[in-house]
Amino acid sequence: MHIVVCIKQVPDSAQIRVHPVTNTIMRQGVPAIVNPYDLFSLEEALRLKDIHGGRVTVITMGPPQAEAALRKCISFGADEAILVTDRAFAGADTLATSYALATAIAQIAKDQAVDMVFCGKQTIDGDTAQVGPGIAKRMDMQLLTYVSQVDSLDITSRTVQVQRRAEGGVQVLTTRLPCLVTMLEGTNEMRFATMDNMFRAARYQLKVWDRVAAGIEDVSKIGLKGSPTVVSKVFAPQAKTQRAEIIDSESGEPRDLALTLISKLFTQHPAMSEAVVKQSA
Amino acid sequence: MSAETKAPVKKAGKGKYELSDELKAYQGVWVFVEHERGEVHPVSWELLGEGRKLAAQLGVPLSGVVLGAPGLATRRFCEEAFFHGADNCYLIEDAALGNYRNQPFTKGLTDLVNTYKPEILLLGATTQGRDLAGSVATTLKTGLTADCTELNIDMENRSLAASRPTFGGSLLCTILTLNYRPQMATVRPRVMSMPQRDNSRTGSIVQHPLGLIETDIVTKVLEYIPDNRQDKPQLAFADIIVSGGRGMKNPENFQLIWDLALLLGAEVGASRPVVQAGWVDLERQVGQSGKTVRPKLYIAAGISGAIQHRVGMEGSDVIIAINNDPNAPIFDFATYGIVGNAMTILPALTQAFKQQFAVAKMAS
Repeated sequence: MHIVVCIKQVPDSAQIRVHPVTNTIMRQGVPAIVNPYDLFSLEEALRLKDIHGGRVTVITMGPPQAEAALRKCISFGADEAILVTDRAFAGADTLATSYALATAIAQIAKDQAVDMVFCGKQTIDGDTAQVGPGIAKRMDMQLLTYVSQVDSLDITSRTVQVQRRAEGGVQVLTTRLPCLVTMLEGTNEMRFATMDNMFRAARYQLKVWDRVAAGIEDVSKIGLKGSPTVVSKVFAPQAKTQRAEIIDSESGEPRDLALTLISKLFTQHPAMSEAVVKQSA
Repeated sequence: MSAETKAPVKKAGKGKYELSDELKAYQGVWVFVEHERGEVHPVSWELLGEGRKLAAQLGVPLSGVVLGAPGLATRRFCEEAFFHGADNCYLIEDAALGNYRNQPFTKGLTDLVNTYKPEILLLGATTQGRDLAGSVATTLKTGLTADCTELNIDMENRSLAASRPTFGGSLLCTILTLNYRPQMATVRPRVMSMPQRDNSRTGSIVQHPLGLIETDIVTKVLEYIPDNRQDKPQLAFADIIVSGGRGMKNPENFQLIWDLALLLGAEVGASRPVVQAGWVDLERQVGQSGKTVRPKLYIAAGISGAIQHRVGMEGSDVIIAINNDPNAPIFDFATYGIVGNAMTILPALTQAFKQQFAVAKMAS
């Protein structure tokens, strides 16, 4: 079994702040982490390796600093890590990113055929959920998104059975390898890094591939050039023309504030009174 | 792994963007009509409502796209699409399309696009729509913008201006697909409003073959286990929601949210930090990475109103905000605000509503 897991280093979005006056992003000091959704996929890959043996290779496309995220994955138990980094990738949208990653994974497969690829459901910074499906399409692999459970994997017949989250229920699907899986969050819990793996991660010589090493010849398919979408503007959301009507009362007591609010709510929105009373009944 | 967010802003350039003759041939706005177990997802109707506006601006027809098993249900979906604003429908009927699967749906939708050439293709940002959109856009080698909160036409370039939150939901960005067609976008359920249904509308159906047989399809559906809807909170369609944020300080205080919700027969919502802290279920998260809601009444206590949360609830009819910081952004878009301590205001509000109901009861 050879499993490739795609990860991304992301800023911990919970800690991003916007400057209150200039409305610009304050990125300084925001810690970089492995995209949390990717960890559910990495854990599933490691679990499958525990059962069936084989190798887990982690890959990321990103700036040189993304090395730290790969080392983190090694400490959890991944065998190999590859950093695909090149200035030529700058400005890539999801179409260009999936091209670069799919080509790099094909390059990995030259050493040892790839049976499964895992991606996170989406990232916490881009939130698009588009790169996984893009890689699957480009590599002509079956796509299994939003998987809540890998029921079984049979290496001899090269089949896998999974549970996939649909809108109103769960689909039980079976497909053939190779396939690409994106795991749903909360489906497993990342193991602790063992002491041995932590030492290994610290010493590990990761592979760094530039565009050429990754097997990418056509520069028109990567970076800004290979991206059909363009960001035309970034802006702060418009405040509504009218700010909230601030409820005040003479006493300022919670009780008076609450009564004032409810009377305003029901007189200014007559339908509301009916809706609320009906709902509460 | 979108890099959109970190991409240097590539200016569309001044003036008009000239399309090649080949791309000019792409005309019309399409909405993929998503269905599961014999029911269309409401997001498809919301998209038809939005698509109607875009089509009017462009002066082109609006079409629904239906892929499904042969039968009455599939025909009914087309009819429903007309009622919700479609001028015509593109339909592929095939037994292989009975259950959603990536491979046959990608093939069907891609073939339709290549044959009939729409300039805009919209899908719901659901587990089905996102799965399909990513595969179709990659096959067509065109641009796809996920989870848009606003769609407009940039008339100068005759292109779709798709806006979405970025940077973890603190800013918005507008994305264009200038030199590729179709321009694809997904929108999450409840972000757009439901159009008025008009049962007198009709339209024509254009049929197309799938060109794939079951033995060509690698993935098989063994079973479908429907959710038990009773045990899941239904925020998306709730009439009243009471939500709490980090300002509630601890899980014990959060009980005040539940108290008011119980009295009002409301659903309980929460902002992301509260869900991350494990005070309430993931299902209750309102915002860009949670649910989008459009209740008649939304009460937000201890929520500052960052974009992340705002895009999930600003479609509410009336918003009441309780926050001790008079400068909290939530007061910029709430209907009513109370500046004060949520821990004392909430119980007072619960009491006041109780009184109000007692009076209403006596009056009736």
